[in-house]
Amino acid sequence: MGELEKTEAANLREETVAGNGLIHRRALLRTALFSAGIAAASAGTARADDSVGADAPEWMKTPGKPFSAYGTPSHWQEKVQRIFTIAPGRAGTGVSRTPLHLLEGTITPAGLHFERHHNGVPDIDPGKHELYIHGMVKRPLAFSLDALMRYPMETQIRFIECSGNSGIFSQPQAAQVTAGELNGLLSCSEWTGVKLFTLLADAGITKDAKWVIAEGADAAAMSRSIPLEKCMDDAMIALYQNGEAIRPEQGFPMRLLLPGFEGNMNVKWLRRLNVTDAPVDARDETSHYTELMPGGKARQFMFAQGAKSAILKPSFGMSMKGPGLYEISGLAWSGAGRVSKVEVSADGGKSWGAAALTGPVLPKALTRFRMAWNWKGQPSTLMSRATDETGVTQPTRAAWIAEYAPGQGYHFNGIQSWDIAADGTVKNVYA
Amino acid sequence: MSTLKFIFLLPVAALLLFPRVCGAQSPNVGRPLTPEEIKKIDITVAPDGKGLPPGSGSVSAGAAVYAKSCQSCHGAQGAGKPQDQLTGGLGTLASAKPVKTPASYWPVATTLFDYIRRAMPITSPQSLSNDEVYAVTAYILSIDGIVPADAVLDAKSLPRVKMPNRDGFISWWPKPPR
Repeated sequence: MGELEKTEAANLREETVAGNGLIHRRALLRTALFSAGIAAASAGTARADDSVGADAPEWMKTPGKPFSAYGTPSHWQEKVQRIFTIAPGRAGTGVSRTPLHLLEGTITPAGLHFERHHNGVPDIDPGKHELYIHGMVKRPLAFSLDALMRYPMETQIRFIECSGNSGIFSQPQAAQVTAGELNGLLSCSEWTGVKLFTLLADAGITKDAKWVIAEGADAAAMSRSIPLEKCMDDAMIALYQNGEAIRPEQGFPMRLLLPGFEGNMNVKWLRRLNVTDAPVDARDETSHYTELMPGGKARQFMFAQGAKSAILKPSFGMSMKGPGLYEISGLAWSGAGRVSKVEVSADGGKSWGAAALTGPVLPKALTRFRMAWNWKGQPSTLMSRATDETGVTQPTRAAWIAEYAPGQGYHFNGIQSWDIAADGTVKNVYA
Repeated sequence: MSTLKFIFLLPVAALLLFPRVCGAQSPNVGRPLTPEEIKKIDITVAPDGKGLPPGSGSVSAGAAVYAKSCQSCHGAQGAGKPQDQLTGGLGTLASAKPVKTPASYWPVATTLFDYIRRAMPITSPQSLSNDEVYAVTAYILSIDGIVPADAVLDAKSLPRVKMPNRDGFISWWPKPPR
């Protein structure tokens, strides 16, 4: 071992934050610089003749493609697509998932935002669509898209997670599928629109009003009961997603955004808000998205998504390329507010180290966490657990399962685990 | 009132007391809706029956609607396949294999009427008449004996139907019960 390597090994020892090789992320950054230096030094090669083109790649020797009116991802990225599971015989009913394991950062490209449709994506003429507010209000009102554009706008970066996301973890055997298939009913966007408070103030709610029944203009007229308190707090009529008009799959021309609340309540293609004094027991708040407990009773109106995290790198479908330094990275989120802490374990939960959070850490938004790992080539079990600013930490999977009746999968937020084998393959396990 | 609930209700209270202050940021350009317009768009049905339309339907009329518009997806007598099972499962919720159907799980019968009227049949939603929706609701509920075979449902009788799991839900909003 040379002097430099000895120093490096000593540094790694000093930076240890938890068992089985978890080290502080600054060690990874320093080593990356070191490696980059070596690569740069060996890059210059001698040229055979005066023509510099002889050694240049093909794409430096012919003009590139022309401008495009609306850019698309590189064709080299064609495998980065939404993951489908469609109900048999119903092309427009079911879900597609965000390929979380193939993305970085925290913002989901609009075209990869997960989908949950109940009867297809409607093609709404924005010139003919209006948002109706009626019921227990003094002045029932209709808002065209043009009218809404007159209102002051606000922007919020917020995740939306389907209430059924990660439900597969309730199965008795751990599924060997990608992190996107496990957790991809989850996306995060920058949403811009009109604060719902402002529109309800225009309509003038009456004193006994307590709930708002939201309804979409899709072919299922999807409907949910929303507490008025939420509508008066941070709810938004979202018109823009990541800077452009909201996509048809996400509710064009407008959707309800209820930050932190289960995805289904963020009604897409929003058409009607009926202010009432009670919830209506809509199909999707009784049949679906309720939590059946042992003993046969069910919890209803579990709205805010729990504190949760998932390691995306490494994850199923990837493999480690021999012992050495790796970055573990993943996403954490909570419907209750900001993620305050993400801990990572490389020894199956025996010891935990705090991961670095990539800022800004926003409330009810996806937060990227990173941890450096010196993998020694031995079988290891990776886990992550998030804690939010209300002090709530993810439960173990076993503790989560014990709360509910057999086979229930709504609102799963238990700790997830990846087994790394000595040959570097990655497997989903219940540890 | 708990402090938590009080904080939640603050914006509501503020709006009631000072509507002009709270709405000060608004250009106020909503178009007033007329009662006639609201009548056309308001299809909300509440568990107490508020919003149920005129009309009625019998179990026998519902059997015909079911055969024509529902059976190809939901199977004979709501047994399911290829789509959701609508009947059976009674008494299974506390078992090792809970079967959640409208009959075994849904707390109120108005939900069945409301969902069929707004979303079914899936290939031509909102195409059934109110009489047909009452009738097919009666037929589905009759299969498990929740309503008798000679039942006729309408705006008065539907909310009175006692679903087997009427008391099976515990509200977690605004916070879990003690």
